[in-house]
Amino acid sequence: MAAEQAKVDPMKQFLIEPVFGSENWSLAEGFNIAFTNSALWMAITVVLLWAFVAGGMKRELVPGRWQMAVESFTGFIDDMLEANVGKEGRKYVSYIFSLFMFILFANLLGLLPIGVLGLHPFTFTSHFTVTGVLAVLSFSIVLIVGFWKHGIKFFTLFVPHGTPAPMVLPIALIEFFSFLIRPFSLALRLFVAMMAGHVLLKVLSSFVIDGINAGAMTSVIVAVPSFALMIAISALEILVAGIQAYVFALLTSLYINDAEHLH
Amino acid sequence: MPQIAQLPEFWSSQVFWTLIFFGITFFVIGRGMVPKVMGTVELRDNQIKDDLAAAQAARDAADDQEEAWRERENENRAAAQSLIAEAKAKAAASNEKKLASAQKRLDTKLSEAEAEIEAARVSAMAEIEGVAAEATQDIVSRLSGEKVDKRTARAAVKKALTNA
Repeated sequence: MAAEQAKVDPMKQFLIEPVFGSENWSLAEGFNIAFTNSALWMAITVVLLWAFVAGGMKRELVPGRWQMAVESFTGFIDDMLEANVGKEGRKYVSYIFSLFMFILFANLLGLLPIGVLGLHPFTFTSHFTVTGVLAVLSFSIVLIVGFWKHGIKFFTLFVPHGTPAPMVLPIALIEFFSFLIRPFSLALRLFVAMMAGHVLLKVLSSFVIDGINAGAMTSVIVAVPSFALMIAISALEILVAGIQAYVFALLTSLYINDAEHLH
Repeated sequence: MPQIAQLPEFWSSQVFWTLIFFGITFFVIGRGMVPKVMGTVELRDNQIKDDLAAAQAARDAADDQEEAWRERENENRAAAQSLIAEAKAKAAASNEKKLASAQKRLDTKLSEAEAEIEAARVSAMAEIEGVAAEATQDIVSRLSGEKVDKRTARAAVKKALTNA
């Protein structure tokens, strides 16, 4: 029974629960908009992101540390769009910056060790409903920009330059499917990466707890190495949080480049 | 997996709140604040560029001025050099003239003195001849009692003096 209580469910951290008694809020019949722990962490993300950027708005000629940090993020996004899309990329800085920072803050907030205070951090980027919405948004922008700028010629995107005539049809088919898969790969990559890391950390933490509970011997053999591994993987997760946000923003900008310039 | 197990229950809530909060992020932060931050960066970049251009212009102007100054300086030096040469030549010429006039004055003085000496000698000689002729007349009259006229005595004296 004692072992049963100490058991760690690695999936429990992904459970969505309505907060503030909002489980029956709905916009229409069958469209429930309960304010959940997921939505709460989105709100926290937005507030912190707002505070971060607002701290960099002093508009000083010689920037302080905070302003420097904010400007280096906007400059980073600006450079990425400049490199991948060119001059036309500047008008997407607002969107890509929002996307990158929203995901980055969400990923990092989900890693906060506030469990020791009895709170439960929730990583909403580990839900494909959330990453799916973001991916669909990015994909819609690509479609809208592509058809807006090139009209029906946007379909030439599926036929790369120099394709031999007999190969046009099969290659166009392959390109078309890879194009359609983009929103799914975009959404799933982020969701899987975040979920896998958090599951791994929870599994290792269960090794630590169970190992200590089982006695001194298993403490040394299992718990201590697992704990060391947890520390290392936590560091890796911080890196992954940044990389996944970067990958999402980078791929979106690459797709936007396709829409702007075709091939 | 709660992501799938809770899908029927919470998908609408997830989609709705994601759109709301990402919308706030995009419109408030992305559209509202980021352009201002980037505007500041651009402002600073422009300021730095302008400052650098101004510094370069000032440097060019300074170089030009230095060049002009050097040219002027060289001209002045050359003018001074020629002035010195001219003054030297003038001084040398006036020296020479002064020397020449002094020499001339000395020469005339010398020749005047020589002439005076010559005149003095001639008059002295005439006096001696005169005295000698009288003496001769006197001696001849005393010795032989003969009277010799003045002209003869003088000729004899002259003859004796040139022979002596």
